[in-house]
Amino acid sequence: MSNNLVTVAYIAASALFILSLGGLSNQESARKGNLFGIAGMAIAFLATALSSRVTEYTTLIAVIVPGAIIGAILAARVAMTSMPELVAMLHSFVGLAAVLVGLSNYLQPESHLVGVEATIHELEIFIGVFIGAVTFTGSIIAFGKLKGLIGSKPLLLPARHLLNIAMLGGSIFLGWQFMTGANGLQSLLIMTAIACVLGIHLVMAIGGADMPVVISMLNSYSGWAAAAAGFMLSNDLLIITGALVGSSGAILSYIMCNAMNRSFISVILGGFGEGTNSSAAKGSQAPQGEATPTTVEETAELLSNAKSIVIVPGYGMAVAQAQHAVSDITKILRKRGKEVRFGIHPVAGRMPGHMNVLLAEANVPYDIVLEMDEINEDFPDTDVVLVIGANDTVNPSALDDPDSPIAGMPVMEVWKAENVVVMKRSLGIGYAGVDNPLFYMENNQMLFGDAKQNVSAILAKLSESGGTKDITKTEKVLVNA
Amino acid sequence: MTVTFDPAVANSEQLTKARKQPHKLGIPKEIYPNEHRVAATPETVKKLQKLGFEVLIESGAGIAASFSDDAYQEAGCHIAPNAHTLWTEADIVLKVRPPEDREIELIPEMGNTLISFIWPAQNQELLEKLASRNATVLAMDAVPRISRAQKMDALSSMANIAGYRAVIEAANNFGRFFTGQITAAGKVPPAKVLVIGAGVAGLAAIGAARSLGAVVRAFDTRPVVKEQVESLGAEFLELEFEEDGTGQGGYAKTMSKEFIEAEMALFSEQAKEVDIIITTALIPGKPAPKLITTAMVESMKEGSVVVDLAAEQGGNCEVTKPNEIYKYKGVTIIGLTDLPSRMAAQSSQLYGTNLWHLLKDMGGAEDYKVDFEDEVVRGALILHEGKVTWPPPKPSNPSPAPAKSQPGTVKTVAQTAEQKSDSSFFWLIVAGLALVGIGIGAPSSFLSHFTVFVLACFVGWQVIWNVTPALHTPLMSVTNAISGIIIIGGMLQIGSELTSPATILGAIAILVGTINISGGFLVTQRMLKMFQK
Repeated sequence: MSNNLVTVAYIAASALFILSLGGLSNQESARKGNLFGIAGMAIAFLATALSSRVTEYTTLIAVIVPGAIIGAILAARVAMTSMPELVAMLHSFVGLAAVLVGLSNYLQPESHLVGVEATIHELEIFIGVFIGAVTFTGSIIAFGKLKGLIGSKPLLLPARHLLNIAMLGGSIFLGWQFMTGANGLQSLLIMTAIACVLGIHLVMAIGGADMPVVISMLNSYSGWAAAAAGFMLSNDLLIITGALVGSSGAILSYIMCNAMNRSFISVILGGFGEGTNSSAAKGSQAPQGEATPTTVEETAELLSNAKSIVIVPGYGMAVAQAQHAVSDITKILRKRGKEVRFGIHPVAGRMPGHMNVLLAEANVPYDIVLEMDEINEDFPDTDVVLVIGANDTVNPSALDDPDSPIAGMPVMEVWKAENVVVMKRSLGIGYAGVDNPLFYMENNQMLFGDAKQNVSAILAKLSESGGTKDITKTEKVLVNA
Repeated sequence: MTVTFDPAVANSEQLTKARKQPHKLGIPKEIYPNEHRVAATPETVKKLQKLGFEVLIESGAGIAASFSDDAYQEAGCHIAPNAHTLWTEADIVLKVRPPEDREIELIPEMGNTLISFIWPAQNQELLEKLASRNATVLAMDAVPRISRAQKMDALSSMANIAGYRAVIEAANNFGRFFTGQITAAGKVPPAKVLVIGAGVAGLAAIGAARSLGAVVRAFDTRPVVKEQVESLGAEFLELEFEEDGTGQGGYAKTMSKEFIEAEMALFSEQAKEVDIIITTALIPGKPAPKLITTAMVESMKEGSVVVDLAAEQGGNCEVTKPNEIYKYKGVTIIGLTDLPSRMAAQSSQLYGTNLWHLLKDMGGAEDYKVDFEDEVVRGALILHEGKVTWPPPKPSNPSPAPAKSQPGTVKTVAQTAEQKSDSSFFWLIVAGLALVGIGIGAPSSFLSHFTVFVLACFVGWQVIWNVTPALHTPLMSVTNAISGIIIIGGMLQIGSELTSPATILGAIAILVGTINISGGFLVTQRMLKMFQK
């Protein structure tokens, strides 16, 4: 295949990738979007494989086939609740690949570059490897945290900001040595090691609640790593794809940060721990009063008497795997002519859109799954809000209490509804370490216990009462007849 | 002084000790003539039992409200054969009407707790009698009208019923349809209803009259209720006059003389037009204001109806006769004072629920406590172990505090906004300088790639904002798959000999990249399949 043909193929692939991302703008076109992405990838791969620069087909097939199979197995086996882990792991692969491509590129002498071009080329390699390494280890740590292999509490080393700056400074110094000194490879490898440590340290310092930001941030990094690889290989397709992925991740991080009212910088430098400390020191705003416990029977009765119901799920629902039972409840209630909707906070769960995927898995129709902004103003007209395993995202102190560590964070204003039932294991604090005044409000009731068991029990109650209702209906019909 | 004080303290301590934690509720039959209500229904009894109380009910207490003894027994009540047993055995007695003399005599020496309507301001004598029996008394009519206490506000729940019933009584005495109709037998104009006073009763009356199809107008001295009136579909009548009649506790206050004159002019004009007038105007602690004069009644059309909900407090209409329905020059004047009692089943249910809320707030049976710190309990408590505790100290008004904090917040918002614009300006300059630097230093081959890069960033930025938040997870997995494009970098490296480090590294890169591609696309496909309408 001639170079021109390859270029044309790359252009087609780029266009398909853009269409693929564009397709995700709504649920109807999303599947087509994914197919566009696959097509783009196939075109890019074939064009490269057929180009004059690739000759070692045996090696290529030997690595492509197992890779594809492993990927397919991973994709088929993963449970929807552990999507964040899978995504984190895949990010680490991109990071690793970027590091390897960078090193490999450096080891393959391209002597035709001289002067400024050579410098720029080396700089590109250096940056590419750096970003790749940070992504690689950062994603591994994120994976560990999500999987529960590493504690989700932020690890806050003393002087961690200094440590980060020192590592960054060291890398820059090594970069200067790499481009000017004779022993380039050594500097590159040391820098790779430092970047790996930096990646570990950055993500270790971020708490569990900030995981959506971390995941999207790493997504962004993996894109930039690919773009850097594109620069170093002078490959426009890589640059375009990298830039698309990079900006996508950046936007997601931005949305997530906005949803938590935090600055991106403070998240990646591990800021949530600080907020918690200061609130503990103030401590005066501890909500007063007593939480009203309720029972499964009362909750079921409340639901069957309500006209409009909003369910607000949180990470607790994912942990308890309660989404299927929740979906069944929704079906029963909807069948009885009640308006049931879901309200999703942008940072509910451990990655952007996590709750939507779980609900979709449980066959909840997506048109009743609404975003926070769409549903917040409807709460005053809602009879019952069922909060399942969410805490910080329904905390009124984010709006009322300027001293709260989550002050200013937009939250689901569930307390405006007539009745709120919070399903939770205990009165414990959420990931943000903030007590929740909602639990002590007049219109709030607590249903303690495992979310799945409780939801299943409610489901049983509802279908019981539904059964009797149906019988009376048939009786009526008989009488009428 | 100390000498007299000490025994008193000792005495009351003894009393407290002798009294065990109260857990037995008593519901006597109301003995006031024509009182059909009862302080608990089988339904509220069940709820009271959930709070840990044992419920004792006098035989026949609910008959007038259509609740049989059997129904109570089924709900788990014990039936007391007569009032005497009930008053002696019960720790807390729940009543509707203030106790009569012969009921007060039944209160045991130690004095039990009584929760009921009392009207302490009007019934000074009753208060003294109750005090002499060492009773603890909570007056449901004295529950403060704050938002937390709404669920125990028996006045509102009774007023709501009274308002509804007022319309029903009016309809009963009004010889025509409420709703306008066009029939084969001719056109019927809709009835015009004027409701004076848009409190709870007024609003209930407006709602009921509207749903019968009448044209409803309402007047109130408090301009804030305009919205509520209009939300019920009634017209809010306004005076060309600036004075706010909002008083304390959700009531209106007495207005100035000029205002009243303008008001009266409005009413006399309306009286000629409307078919039904329902008045609900009350000023706490004072006789009801006279709003409908004899002349106005005379100017009304024959067959019209006036319902005076303030009849018990003297009436808003000059010709009202309390507890009577009679015709005054062709206009039916309804001065009934027992409207809630005429819907005994409904009002007993609501009143019982009000009581249940109060007892629940006081801690249920286990933690039952007369808490002086509790604003609601303190407000309702008029006698504590024989000592008069009425009127309660005025509640502190908390409204100025939030007003104070407001400017502060505004300031911080303004500051952050300023900072934001500052920093974005800073970043623009940095970006500009960086571009200039690249333009000067970089070779053209780099610049062409750079152009592609920047444009791709912008395209990505535009495209991604359109992605619906519900699809953020699929977005991440698909971008993940796409970023596997890095295998192309690996593919370009494996050109040379098989054992060279460059080839090996490249090969590994392809391997992990491929995992990414296939894993990412397939899992996205799997997820997207699940999204369905």
